[in-house]
Amino acid sequence: MSITTTARALDLLQRAVNSDIYHSFRSSKMVMVAAVVSAVMIIGATFSPILAPHNTLDLASISLIDSLTPPVWMEDGDSRFLLGTDDQGRDMLSAIMHGARVSLFVGFASVLFAMVLGVSLGLISGYAGGFLDSFIMRAAEIQLSFPAILIALLIDGIFRGALDAKTHDELAVYVMILAIGLSFWVQYARTVRSSTLVEKGKEYVEAARVTGLPPFLIVFRHILPNVTGPLLVIATINLALAIITEATLSFLGVGVPPTEPSLGTLIRIGNDFLFSGEWWITIFPGVALAVLVLAVNLLGDWLRDALNPKLR
Amino acid sequence: MIGFILKRFFQSFIVMFLVAMLAFTMFNFLGDPVNQMVGIDTSAADREALRDRLGLNDPLYAQFARFIGNALQFEFGQSYQHKRAVSGLILDRLPATLELSLISAIFTLAVGVPMGVHTGLHRNSLVSKIFMTVSLVGVSLPTFLIGILLIFIFSVQLQWLPSFGRGEVVDLGFWSTGLLTATGWKAIIMPAVTLGLFQMTLIMRLVRSEMLEVLRSDYIKFARARGLPSRAINFGHALKNTLVPVITIAGLQLGSLIAFAIITETVFQWPGMGLMFLQAIQVVDIPIMAAYLMLIAFFFVMINLIVDMLYYVVDPRLRVDSTN
Repeated sequence: MSITTTARALDLLQRAVNSDIYHSFRSSKMVMVAAVVSAVMIIGATFSPILAPHNTLDLASISLIDSLTPPVWMEDGDSRFLLGTDDQGRDMLSAIMHGARVSLFVGFASVLFAMVLGVSLGLISGYAGGFLDSFIMRAAEIQLSFPAILIALLIDGIFRGALDAKTHDELAVYVMILAIGLSFWVQYARTVRSSTLVEKGKEYVEAARVTGLPPFLIVFRHILPNVTGPLLVIATINLALAIITEATLSFLGVGVPPTEPSLGTLIRIGNDFLFSGEWWITIFPGVALAVLVLAVNLLGDWLRDALNPKLR
Repeated sequence: MIGFILKRFFQSFIVMFLVAMLAFTMFNFLGDPVNQMVGIDTSAADREALRDRLGLNDPLYAQFARFIGNALQFEFGQSYQHKRAVSGLILDRLPATLELSLISAIFTLAVGVPMGVHTGLHRNSLVSKIFMTVSLVGVSLPTFLIGILLIFIFSVQLQWLPSFGRGEVVDLGFWSTGLLTATGWKAIIMPAVTLGLFQMTLIMRLVRSEMLEVLRSDYIKFARARGLPSRAINFGHALKNTLVPVITIAGLQLGSLIAFAIITETVFQWPGMGLMFLQAIQVVDIPIMAAYLMLIAFFFVMINLIVDMLYYVVDPRLRVDSTN
């Protein structure tokens, strides 16, 4: 590494430390806790195949003798299973880490899908105008008047009817991403459309048009970089919503199959044991879900305020 | 005014038409209704005869017209799973869902509005801070998790409230109600709270921000200068003016309550429409899915329409705009 690149890196770091965002981050303890909690959970979930104490997806490694062991601090607890085991003898902590991985994957993927779809439609709508614009916006308006969970349920139901049960189970994670993504695109489309309408009239777009650039390139290469500002905030808040929606659908039994359990599936499985006294099978995945969503929500709220110059 | 109403009616009509088309497409392309109705040993000729009798060999537009005609008469065919008319099934389940939604809406307003007023008036009091924290948790916790936690605390640990069902139900002929028996009331407490908690936090935050805004306005300062007691100012002047948006949101949220009842009904095994819809999705019982879809869409469209009109009645500025 040459001296100039080191200097440049230091300069960037200096600028990051001096920025308003960093300052507002440091000034709120709650946000810092939320960031740490999110980071720990995301890392723990992403690397769960390495970090988890047991591999719950490998049937050979679990034993029915260990089933329904309570958490370690209770009587009959076993030091191998920090948070106890479920009815199959699976370690709850590992199951939660694996489950959080599925939940987070579905959450991130569906937010990304919704963002790509919504931003594209918003750009097209704003730039093209006319019939296409009113068609897309009317569709968005209609969809907005129904709750997202209902739309996701419906899309999942349609796939369930169109595919046979085995194929559906294999594709369940992707069906889920599609269903949740399709129910969240509207907000991106509306935001991007309104900023596109503003950008459309500016000189640089005019100039690009005069040089004879095709509309596709104008929209995606010139307008797109200028309308992405608010997207990060919407995406963060949507991530929390997407995780909740996935968990809810899985809890209702129309989400990911038990062979690849997400947090919602774990809560659904554990719910049957709530009455027989094995509360830890439900409550721990539930707490993990709640903490994850709360942390992401707090980060989203903070990001919205920190990036909004009006509130400073 | 008439133009506005006509336009809104037309829009609602289009939405219903689209939803009907979706429901009809589901009917036609997801699974073969004949296969669902006959046994394995039915001959091909008998199947063909049944297809003819059901009109499945007619052109699509004729089938669609008949579907719409039937839907207008609240007729959605036979459920594959229950072997009964879907309309009858829905009418059986409707009271449970509507009662739950209504009680939940009352809870939402009765608790959410006072909490919002308090946090608006005393921004920095300890109680307000507790309320705001609770509301953040209420937004973050998924509905089904709240339900499970309530069951865990009040049914498993304390054993105060039943964890499933409606309790004893009184049949009034056209309506079966759980609100006339003690067990019915006990059974509705947890589902109603679970269903309403998210909406309650929404109402609370809305009332709070509206109150903060109104309290800054000139006529409130003037009322204070006139020496009116603060109770009269807070409730007679400020709260009254915050209620317009609150009523709108509450109206719109009523639709969400009916839709979110799917989750609550599953957690508490509440015998309503939502639970039936969810069971129908799992076994791909298309007639029930189609009927529920149409019914929910109808509720939503009607609620939106009424709220829009209420806006028009309540806010005189809209009337001025449309005449210019």
